[in-house]
Amino acid sequence: MLVLVSFAIGLLVYALRQNISLFYTPSEVLNHQAPPGRLIRLGGMVVPGSVIRSSNDLSLQFDLTDYHAQITVAYTGILPNLFREGSGVVVQGKDDGSKVFHADEVLAKHDENYMPRELKDLKKS
Amino acid sequence: MIAELGLLALITALIFSLLILALPMMSYFYPACPWQRAIIFYVYAEYFSVLFSYISLMICFLNNDFSVIYVLNNSSTALPFFYKFCAVWGGHEGSMLLWVVILSTWMSLVCRFSRSLDEAFRFKVLMVMAALNIGFILFIIATSNPFLRQFEIIKTLGRDLNPLLQDIGFLFHPPMLYMGYVGFSVAFAFAISSLWQGEMHESWVKWTRPWTLAAWSCLTAGITLGSWWAYRELGWGGFWFWDPVENASFMPWLTGTALIHSMASCEKNAQFRSWTLLMAIMAFSLSLVGAFLVRSGVLTSVHAFAVDPKRGLYILLFLSVVIGGSFLLFAWRGSSLISSELQHQKHPSHHEKKPIKYIFSRESALFLNNLLLVVAMLTILLGTIYPLLIDGLGLGKLSVGAPYFNKLVSPIFILSLMVMGFAVHLRWQGDALFLLIRKLRGYILIAVLGPAVISLYFQSIPSLAVYLGLTSGFWVVLSTAHWVLTKIQEGLKIKQGLYGMVIAHLGVAITMIGIAVSTGFGVQKDLKMAPQDMTVIAGYQVRFMNERPLKGPNYQGTRAEFLVSKAQYQAYVYPEKRLYDIGQMAMTEAAVSMTFFRDIYIAMGEPLSDEAWSVRVYYKPLVRWIWGGGFLIMFGAFIAMTDLRYYSKSLKSLKSLVSVEP
Repeated sequence: MLVLVSFAIGLLVYALRQNISLFYTPSEVLNHQAPPGRLIRLGGMVVPGSVIRSSNDLSLQFDLTDYHAQITVAYTGILPNLFREGSGVVVQGKDDGSKVFHADEVLAKHDENYMPRELKDLKKS
Repeated sequence: MIAELGLLALITALIFSLLILALPMMSYFYPACPWQRAIIFYVYAEYFSVLFSYISLMICFLNNDFSVIYVLNNSSTALPFFYKFCAVWGGHEGSMLLWVVILSTWMSLVCRFSRSLDEAFRFKVLMVMAALNIGFILFIIATSNPFLRQFEIIKTLGRDLNPLLQDIGFLFHPPMLYMGYVGFSVAFAFAISSLWQGEMHESWVKWTRPWTLAAWSCLTAGITLGSWWAYRELGWGGFWFWDPVENASFMPWLTGTALIHSMASCEKNAQFRSWTLLMAIMAFSLSLVGAFLVRSGVLTSVHAFAVDPKRGLYILLFLSVVIGGSFLLFAWRGSSLISSELQHQKHPSHHEKKPIKYIFSRESALFLNNLLLVVAMLTILLGTIYPLLIDGLGLGKLSVGAPYFNKLVSPIFILSLMVMGFAVHLRWQGDALFLLIRKLRGYILIAVLGPAVISLYFQSIPSLAVYLGLTSGFWVVLSTAHWVLTKIQEGLKIKQGLYGMVIAHLGVAITMIGIAVSTGFGVQKDLKMAPQDMTVIAGYQVRFMNERPLKGPNYQGTRAEFLVSKAQYQAYVYPEKRLYDIGQMAMTEAAVSMTFFRDIYIAMGEPLSDEAWSVRVYYKPLVRWIWGGGFLIMFGAFIAMTDLRYYSKSLKSLKSLVSVEP
C-alpha cells in the first residue's frame, strides 16, 4: 500500500515538474539564466511606442522592460483585451538563445487593478 | 441612514448567532433551565437580521448612494438596474454578505425541517452552523465592511461594475455557486455534531442526503454557469481554463460527488460511515478554502478582489480553526465511531451477512469511485497550491500550466466513467463481472468502435485521450440506457432516487462527449479580416459584412456584422468590441451562431490598419453539450432529492432505502 502511494505521489510530482513554467525577467533571459528550450514565462512592462505590426498577417513585435534591460518579443495572434503600451504583461514561450523571444501566448492583466503576481514585486523594486 | 441600519442589522445578527451558541452551553451548567428552546427563535431572528442587512445594501445600490465606498467602487449611474442587483455581490465585501445570507438561509431551513430530530442533536447542529455564521459576520465587520462611508468624493458617477461581470451569466453564477459551497455546511454540521455526540445515528444519512444533494445540485449549476459565462465573456472560446478559482470550485464538487456516493453505500453498509463523515468534513473545508483563498488574493485571478494582509491573516486563522478543529475532532472521535461499528458488526442484527463470493460489487465500485474522485481532487489541489508553496519557500516563481491538469485528470475521469458504466449494473454484496461483460459485450463493442465513426465523419484523427473520452461517454450512455430499459421491461418500478442517478450519469456522459468532440474536432482560426473578406471554416463560409459604431448605456464601441452560411443555412451574427466609459476597459463580446450540434464562434480582436480587424473564428462541434450535460447533472440531483423516502419519519422506510434493488 505504502509503495503504491509513494509511487503515485512520485508520478504526480514528476508530471508536475514537466509542466511548470518558471517566471523570468527580461534581464535574466538576456543573461541566459533561463533554461533553453523549456517553456518559461517572461514578464515586464510593454515599452510605449515599441509595438510594430505586420501589414499582411497577425504577427507583431513589442519590447518588454524590467527597467534594467529590454527584450524584443515576437508573437503571432490576437492580443488580449488588456494589452496596453506602458502596462504589465506576461508572455509564455521558449528561449531559443536568440535576441528575440518568440511567445506563443500573451497573458495580460484582467482589469485595471489586477497585476500578475510575478509582476507585483517587479513594480515595487 | 440605510447603510447604518444595514450595519446595525448585521451586528444584531452577530448577537443572535452568539446567543444560539451560548444558550445551550449555559444549560450544561443549569440543566433545569429551559432557555435553550429559545434558540429556535434566534435562528429565525438571525436570518431576518441578515436579510435586512443585505436588502439595505441593495437599496444603497439602487439609490446610487456613492457615499458608501463599496457602492462607489462597484456601480455607476449609467449601470442598467438589473446589473445593480448583481453588483451587490460584484465585489469582495458584498459577496461575503451574500455568503452569510445563504448560510443563514440554510440554517433556518435546517431548523425548520429538523423538528423530528433528537433535540440535543438538533441543537448541536444549529450551534455548529451558528458558529460558522459568527466567524463570517466577524470577518465582514472587522475586515470587509460593505457599509463604510466616505465623504471626499461627492460629485461622481461611480466607478462602475467590472465590465466582465456585466453579463446574464453572472446574474446567477455566484449565488448558485455559494448555495453549493455553503450548502455543504449542513452535512458538515451534521458530521461535527455526530462526532461531538460520539455516536452516529442510523438516520444520519437519511437526514443529510437530501441536503447534500441540494447543495451539490446548486454547486453543479454554479460551475456550469461559470463555465458558460467564461466561454462567452472572456472572449476566447474556452470552457475551462484550470484557473485557480475554477479549481477551487471543482475540488469541493469532486469531494461532494464522492460524498453523495459514499452516502449511498453507507445506507447499505456500515464500513463506509467514518469515511462518509470524513468526506462531509472535507467537502465543506474545501469550499471554505476555495471561497476564502480565492477572495483573499493569495491566488491571483479574475475573482481576486483585493489584497489586504489583515484579511489574509483572519482567513488563515479562521481556516485553521475550522478545518484543523474538525479534523482533530475526527481523529479523536472518529476511531471510537469505527470501533462501535465493529462491535455492531460482530452482532449482526438486521444486516444479514452473505459470504463474499465476488470482488466486484456495488460497494466495491462505489469505493473505487470515491478513490478516483479523491485522487482527482488531490491532483488538482497539488497543482493549485504548488506555485504558492514554492513562492512561499522562496524557491522561485512558477506557474502550473493546463497541460499538467489535462494530462493527469483526464485519465482519472475516463477511468471513472468506465467504472460508472459497470457500477449501475452491479448488485450489492457481490456480482460476477465476467457475466456482466458477456451480457453487455455488444455495447462495449459499440462504445469502442463508435469514436472511429465520429472521427471518419470529421475526417481527422483524434488523440488517444479524445478517443477514450468518447468511448467512455458512449459506454455510460449505452449501459445506463440498457439498465433502465431492462428495469422497465421487467415491470419493476424505478424509485425517484435512481431516476435521479440515471439522469445525472447521462449528464456526466454528455458533458464528457461534448468536451471530447469540441476539443478534439474543433477548428480555430485567427485572421486579419476587412469588410467583405471571407473565410471558410469546417465547410461554413464566414463573411465579414460591415462594421458600425456602437453606443451602449455605459460603453461605446464597434459592432460588426458577419454572415455564416453553408448551402441552405444562413445566419447573421454581431460580435462587438466595447470600450467601457469608466475605467476605459476594452471588452470582447463574442457572437455565436449556434445549433444543437455546433457553434460558430466569432470574436473581434483589435482594429488593425485600413479597416481590417484581427478576428478569431471557431468551429466548435457539440460544445453546447458540455453545459447541457451539466444542467442534466443538476436536474438529476434535484430529482433524487425529491425522493420521498428521505422525508418519511419511520425507520422502516430507511430500510427500504437500503433495499433499492433486489
